[in-house]
Amino acid sequence: MFETNQTTEGALKKTSSNKKAPPSILREDAFRILDENNVADAKREPSLSKAELLKMYRNMALTRAFDERGMMLQRQGRIGFYVPSFGQEAIQTGTAAALKDTDWVFPSYREPGVFIYRGASLTRMLCNLWGNSGDIAKGRQMPVHYSFAPQRLFSVSSPIATQVIQAVGASMASKIRKESEVAITYFGDGATSENDFHTGMTFAGVYKAPTVFICTNNQYAISVPLSKQCAMPHLVQKAAGYGIPGIAVDGNDILAVYVATKEAVERARRGEGPSFIECVTLRMGPHSSSDDPSRYRDEALFEAWKKRDPIQRFKQYLSDKKMWGDADEAALQEEHKQLIADAIAEAEPMPPPGLDTLFEDVYAEMPASLRKQKDALIKEGELRGKFVNTSEAFPL
Amino acid sequence: MATLTLLQAVRDALLTEMGLDPRVVLMGEDVGHSGGVFRATEGLQKEFGEERVMDTPLAESGIIGMAMGMAVNGLRPVPEIQFMDFIYPAFDEIVSEVAKLRYRSGGGFTCPMVIRTPYGGGIRGGHYHSQSTEAYFCHTAGLKVVIPSNPYDTKGLLIAAIRDEDPVLFMEPKKLYRSVKGEVPDGAYTVEIGKANVVRQGKDVTLLAWGAMVPVCLEAATLSAPRGADCEVIDLRSLVPLDEDRILESVKKTGRVVIVHEAQRTGGFGAELSAIIAEEAIEYLEAPIVRVTGLDTPFPYTLEHVYMPDAERVALAVGKVKNF
Repeated sequence: MFETNQTTEGALKKTSSNKKAPPSILREDAFRILDENNVADAKREPSLSKAELLKMYRNMALTRAFDERGMMLQRQGRIGFYVPSFGQEAIQTGTAAALKDTDWVFPSYREPGVFIYRGASLTRMLCNLWGNSGDIAKGRQMPVHYSFAPQRLFSVSSPIATQVIQAVGASMASKIRKESEVAITYFGDGATSENDFHTGMTFAGVYKAPTVFICTNNQYAISVPLSKQCAMPHLVQKAAGYGIPGIAVDGNDILAVYVATKEAVERARRGEGPSFIECVTLRMGPHSSSDDPSRYRDEALFEAWKKRDPIQRFKQYLSDKKMWGDADEAALQEEHKQLIADAIAEAEPMPPPGLDTLFEDVYAEMPASLRKQKDALIKEGELRGKFVNTSEAFPL
Repeated sequence: MATLTLLQAVRDALLTEMGLDPRVVLMGEDVGHSGGVFRATEGLQKEFGEERVMDTPLAESGIIGMAMGMAVNGLRPVPEIQFMDFIYPAFDEIVSEVAKLRYRSGGGFTCPMVIRTPYGGGIRGGHYHSQSTEAYFCHTAGLKVVIPSNPYDTKGLLIAAIRDEDPVLFMEPKKLYRSVKGEVPDGAYTVEIGKANVVRQGKDVTLLAWGAMVPVCLEAATLSAPRGADCEVIDLRSLVPLDEDRILESVKKTGRVVIVHEAQRTGGFGAELSAIIAEEAIEYLEAPIVRVTGLDTPFPYTLEHVYMPDAERVALAVGKVKNF
């Protein structure tokens, strides 16, 4: 799959052979396993057990449910901000399923499904949405900026693409120590314009770093469409310029995402270097809870992609295999609803972080100057009794 | 014990610590095969191999970003930025990523590393090989800023920085690279980060300086003595964390302060020192605090010797506060 440096041309153009399937909005060059009727190409289908397939399906569904609840919490005014990943569930789960627990993940802010798949606690994630004392980051970051060190889920940064080159570094550390862990990093189409994308790809190519680059091409960077981001419509072509093999895949086909990622991860583990995967999809929600996509969205494009919902497509695949039915679906929906409700009930009442947490973790040891500022602030708090929050709503 | 230049002390520190700690890796432009443009890493690639002394592509943000990922995954990177004037492409990775990681992850992730970079004027380097921009980095919570002025401190501070759990910007005064020599012990030793050094005791005027301005201040003290001012010269060695106690102790004794830095004046670290002294010890002052600094202009080429503070300019300032 990744044998060529000349992107996927030729080798992967002819994919699904089901002649009966209707024409697709999906690009010609994208690798796919499910056709537009959601019938799998038997030659490319991965050999996954029922348990594995259902684990993937459940994770996609839970990601969707979590995103829906996150948006609702924001609309209800209970949290300040949320970033949903609607339509991108196959990319998150399909890539996460191809990793080992010990591999490193350098995500962007639109990968809640990767966190959930790797066992991040929903309660802890929700505590981040409230920025309260239960938050691992002690309320220091905006919502959806998760950080789960034990699962090697790297702390999310807001500036775009910074994590791309960092992932290369993490994978190089494994390589230098002759360990087998690889690093995977996630970023969007807009990120490929950033300097850190360029350096990440450059360094990984030169050093043959065991890094897997997942580019979620959801066709918009907030409001800016791909055509205004790059003169080359197929981002996978960028990979060749760095000497990195690349492939475009149908980002709404979890089997295709899984197979491509699995191969990229194995290549990296074998010491064959980095791979680039462009997951072609469309962002089906707003950029964030503060964004109104009706101002810029191509409605025809949106409607066309709506028919390709990754969860519905995978559900049909499972249902055709007699692995999943309506009763299972109803039970799952109920289970997830309860799971999230329980986590909210646990997370929401937690108090805000204490004043002293403001000064922790700046340095390993608090310097004298900070100790002084801390003492002064605590005294100020005692003197005035309370601090009034006059923050405005977040605009982005 | 050997007599080394400041540059040789840098190399000795790296050689020593790499020999002791397999986690220490170096990377940067020209640092490997050629041993660095100043030869600070000469022979280290031969000694430790290409994976521990890496020649990198020409991209400062990539150097720091990669180092950060390595540090997160257990290595102790010592990236070199060839000239401090070239550090700006890496500014975002340094101030927004490296410096903030511990805080933003609640202590879950850390990235201890030492960013080595030659700084400062006096080598006929023009605008892009001469600047001292420590103030940008002192303004960044989560980062330490260390600047040695002699070979002994260079080795001890650099080893301390490599062993530090936090990221350190290690600024090397390149004007002093080969012009100062001193006794340097063999093997590993550390100089504590955050402790200033009184390099000359005096009772009349306190001179505060770091890096290449320390010898300038010592010379100014020599010029000032026959003019009736007994100067105390303090080498701060570390701007973040800052040894406020040592500074204030001296100021309370002398009541007169001259702050010297080659960086431009406005927003320079001297302003911070001046504010601290005013806040903490104004009642001890016998004269206004005076700064001797670079100008609020870009760093010039031909007239750099005019731009940079020299001993005579510092001595004039000493006379001003002494005779206030």
